[in-house]
Amino acid sequence: MSLWEYANPKKFLTTSERVLPVFWWLSGACIVIGLIWGFFFTPDDYRQGSTVKIIYLHVPSALMAINAWLMMLVASLIWLIRRHHVSALAARAAAPVGATMTVIALVTGAIWGQPMWGTWWAWDPRLTSFLILFLFYLGYIALWSAIEDPDTAADLTSVLCLVGSVFAILSRYAVNFWNQGLHQGASVMRAGAITGTDTEEKVSNIFFFPLMVCMVGFVLLFIALVLYRTGTEIRARRIRALMARERMAA
Amino acid sequence: MTLTVSDLSIARGGLPVLQGVSFALARGEALVLRGPNGIGKTTLLRTLAGLQPPITGQIDGNEETIAYAGHADGLKPTLTVEENLHFWAEIFGTKEIATAIDAYELNGLRSRPAGALSAGQKRRLGLARMLVTGRPIWVLDEPTVSLDTGAVAMFADAVRAHLGKGGSALIATHIELGLDARLLDLGGYRASLPALDDFDGSFV
Amino acid sequence: MKALLIRDLKLAMRAGGGFGLGLAFFLIVTVLIPFSVGPQSALLATIAPGGLWLGALLACLLSLDRLLALDWEDGTLDLLATAPLPLESVVTIKALAHWLTTGLPLVLIAPALGVLLSLPAPGYFWLVISLLVGTPALSVIGTFGAALTVGLKRGGLLLSLLVLPLYVPTLIFGAEVARRGATGMEATTPLLLLAGITAGVTALLPFASAAVLRVNLR
Repeated sequence: MSLWEYANPKKFLTTSERVLPVFWWLSGACIVIGLIWGFFFTPDDYRQGSTVKIIYLHVPSALMAINAWLMMLVASLIWLIRRHHVSALAARAAAPVGATMTVIALVTGAIWGQPMWGTWWAWDPRLTSFLILFLFYLGYIALWSAIEDPDTAADLTSVLCLVGSVFAILSRYAVNFWNQGLHQGASVMRAGAITGTDTEEKVSNIFFFPLMVCMVGFVLLFIALVLYRTGTEIRARRIRALMARERMAA
Repeated sequence: MTLTVSDLSIARGGLPVLQGVSFALARGEALVLRGPNGIGKTTLLRTLAGLQPPITGQIDGNEETIAYAGHADGLKPTLTVEENLHFWAEIFGTKEIATAIDAYELNGLRSRPAGALSAGQKRRLGLARMLVTGRPIWVLDEPTVSLDTGAVAMFADAVRAHLGKGGSALIATHIELGLDARLLDLGGYRASLPALDDFDGSFV
Repeated sequence: MKALLIRDLKLAMRAGGGFGLGLAFFLIVTVLIPFSVGPQSALLATIAPGGLWLGALLACLLSLDRLLALDWEDGTLDLLATAPLPLESVVTIKALAHWLTTGLPLVLIAPALGVLLSLPAPGYFWLVISLLVGTPALSVIGTFGAALTVGLKRGGLLLSLLVLPLYVPTLIFGAEVARRGATGMEATTPLLLLAGITAGVTALLPFASAAVLRVNLR
């Protein structure tokens, strides 16, 4: 029994169909619990007031915006090395989800930024990086849809994903160099945040736990969406293949 | 230099077209490929030239030995006949283009831009390119398109001379070239549909 | 290898080669900047380094879709792929030829256009240096984009969509050098970073370009 068995489209479909409901329900439950907990059962921040509550959407979506790209990178590498079609299709399936997460992160960020910084948009490094990431997603999706032959498309987009990852990191540092910015640091995962010793720039326990639940919910939601969409891609490919067989037989 | 092909299967656009193709092409030998349109002649030749990978099977002796001529001649309209040939001669590390010019009677056209040539003249120039490559195995895809009978004879002579010098040629063509060549009908190698429940097989 | 470079340069110079189009485009963009932001020379001086960099970048982008597409259409790429020259060298030389016919002229004309935008005196040196160091990266990255989209009928727009995000780091460091130079600030750090990008992409990206070109050729 090896992991690569799931690279078989049929095996993937039967397995993903079995586990999908679990992911849907778990992610739904986590997000609902996390959001209700976060919105109604946590106090307002002493400086940011109730606006802080948008972190329950903002942080998880930003997290998934990056993780989706990472997942696409891994899937692209698997395709390039092991030539499993499901892997390439999973990367393709993840891209629009990742792009949507990026948009959610950007929009919630703007909504949060308006009262906090007094502006919807600032060319802060973190915001700028996310905007660039969004452009990468757009290019990746556009390349997939522009190429007729599925294997060629998978190869080209995989290389683009690899090269794009390097340039995304480069851009991140370039943008940092370019403008120091006003965004608060990534404060969720810092050690002090978990122990809640320092309240200045870190997220304390009371916000942290519902946020954690939301993040788990978003991760599960992402997995569910990607599994579902990959299944759709597999079926689309199968229909294509069957139609080609018909033409060949005729 | 012998080109050996064993149990080759190839695909076009993700669909297998030929399977189990095996043949050997020895020095001084010419092989003419036959088969109806769409059987996969071009795909086979491109695979032999190393432009695309086979699905399965083995090709031996095609490393740096093949001069390929496809449907397009790779000519630059703003370069002269001479410049076009010189370019390919230098890319393949040979210097001499006079033989090629003579073989296809391009002398009067030497300094004419390739864009001002007729279709047949362009084709002659494209075929002359084979002579400047210095490669022993010629792989030609429909070389006689738009050639008149005189030019076809020139081409046949060039191939004969090439074979005489120990080269070999693999030609996909439908016309009779008057060459002492073996025939390979690809009709017998048409790929059968792959099983539907292969590993990843439900895609092809 | 020399033969390919010489051929590409010849082709660019001859009729229909498109040599000079990039320059004309650069000139027009530069002329349009004052029309769009106003003629105050103080304002123009502030945006001159960035405006010129952006203009140069767009001028580079303009000619990318011809970079490999012409050789693709007439079958030259197929034949080159079967030639003794590795495709990695082919794409490197193509990028070099593109830089010599597009990037280098842009570098040379940039000071003249700087005058139009009232670029401050200390800025000229840094503008030219930054373009000289940065434009090769634009050509190399552009070649990758051209290799990705070479098989597509209308790849031009997609090419821009793919290449422009990849241009971000080069643009940031390049324009930063020119901007700092123009305002008399120390500019060697971004210049070194820019040189690092150029060196890095020139060393590594041709492998990716050749790989995608092989995929497109099969």
